[in-house]
Amino acid sequence: MNATAPFALAAASLIGLGLYGMLAQSSVLRKVIAFNLLGVGVFLVFGVVARRGAAAGLLADPVPQAMVITGLVVAFAATALALVLTLRLHQTTGAVTLAEDPEADAPPGKPGAETA
Amino acid sequence: MTDWLLDLPLALGLFGAGAATLAARSLFGAVLGFISTGLIATLAWVRLEAPDVAMTEAVIGAAATSVMILYVASRVGTRAAPPAPPPMVLRILAAILSALLAGLLALALLGLPEQAPSLAAPVLDTIAPTGLGNPVTAVLMAHRALDTLLESAVLVFAVFGIWSMAPDRRWGRAPGPAFLAEPYGPLAFLARVLPPLGIVIGIYIAWVGADAPGGKFQGGAVLAAMWVLPWIAGLAAPPCISDMRLRLAIAAGPLVFLIIGLAGFAAAEGFLAYPPGFAKPLILIIETAMTLSVAAAMACMIAGPPERRATP
Amino acid sequence: MSMLASLLAAACVLAGAFFFIAGTLGLLRFGDTLSRVHALTKADNLGLGLIVLGLLPLVGSLTDALKLVLIWALVLLGGTTAAQLVASAVRRDQRPPE
Repeated sequence: MNATAPFALAAASLIGLGLYGMLAQSSVLRKVIAFNLLGVGVFLVFGVVARRGAAAGLLADPVPQAMVITGLVVAFAATALALVLTLRLHQTTGAVTLAEDPEADAPPGKPGAETA
Repeated sequence: MTDWLLDLPLALGLFGAGAATLAARSLFGAVLGFISTGLIATLAWVRLEAPDVAMTEAVIGAAATSVMILYVASRVGTRAAPPAPPPMVLRILAAILSALLAGLLALALLGLPEQAPSLAAPVLDTIAPTGLGNPVTAVLMAHRALDTLLESAVLVFAVFGIWSMAPDRRWGRAPGPAFLAEPYGPLAFLARVLPPLGIVIGIYIAWVGADAPGGKFQGGAVLAAMWVLPWIAGLAAPPCISDMRLRLAIAAGPLVFLIIGLAGFAAAEGFLAYPPGFAKPLILIIETAMTLSVAAAMACMIAGPPERRATP
Repeated sequence: MSMLASLLAAACVLAGAFFFIAGTLGLLRFGDTLSRVHALTKADNLGLGLIVLGLLPLVGSLTDALKLVLIWALVLLGGTTAAQLVASAVRRDQRPPE
């Protein structure tokens, strides 16, 4: 046990929650949100490792921290692309999921919506 | 262990907000849960002695990402009935797999050796020639400059990807849909009052990053927000995506970075090496170009592909 | 002097925290959107204001103090605008479609 244990546990649980959300939710937008939750967890793992690497007068190791900043920006770019793809999918097919069966994902209000 | 007084509630809050994000019945509720998670994570980063990351998490991870999700959610329709979830068996399997992974990760993280490896000392040993006071910026601009160069290229490619989603007949027009102008509404008021101040703050955050927490990504994101605000309020239209100036602004960061990096072959020890004595000014030139590019690229990503009917 | 400053700071920050908690309770418990917005904006502005006031005696330099006050002013501006936008969205939803 050490001083960063609470955040280590929070990071692990967020990764679990994010993975579950990506696998067990059918709405693409919710998958994107879950992907970002997973990201928060992964970045916190880096934060815990950085904090534990405090040395030479610094309170944390700057190398993992810099990698997290890079990661946050790349995750933002990936999310932006995923969101625009979702929007275009919805505009062209009316679908909000990636399910292949058109009957399962056609919203009740739009019986004619097709995914293909 | 008095630290835990602050850390435990934050950690519990992270877990609670994350769980609420997944459990939310409406899409809107899920986005609110995600924003809460991001804000609590920002506080966690402060507790983890990472103010640079905390700023990035607040402005990019929580704010900008949520703005985009909310915007797309409002257009895809948050009130439509949610699609049928996957079969129960699949969800139970996913839950078992996720719990297993989280448990193993927790065990691995708690079992890390007491004496943690650290690169803090080598970074501090070599920070003097760069003239930078912020070790995180030194890592981004000197020790792992290749990462940062590739990252700035990722932003450009993401904008390529988003623009290429434009329907053919809209290609070359201004990014995003046309927003309804309400010239005397509260949003228009904010869009008039905030940008002068916000631009100064964005430039300040980018500038101060050399020696204190801050930097090009955090400052650039603030600048992007100040650029997008008048678009959303309907007070101004973004430049067309065929506009050479916009394209140059987006590409400036990686271009300048690449040119200075290549010049390292001639003037210093190799690619991305800075000649002794010139490190600080060169890094500042790169940071300036990168701030511009981050601001322009993020604004274009938030606005999305061109959807306007008429060129303004 | 420093003892007095610390006491004043603690009192202000505690009072600010009280307003934050009260506002959060209102956000969670009030029945309709307008009351929730009311609870949130009033309590947050006052709560953050008191916390900033409490921190002022503790900061080392004038520029840091100005930055704190600027943060409060910006949150006021943002909170006010958001409250107005939420309220006008409520009114738009309640008005029968034309």
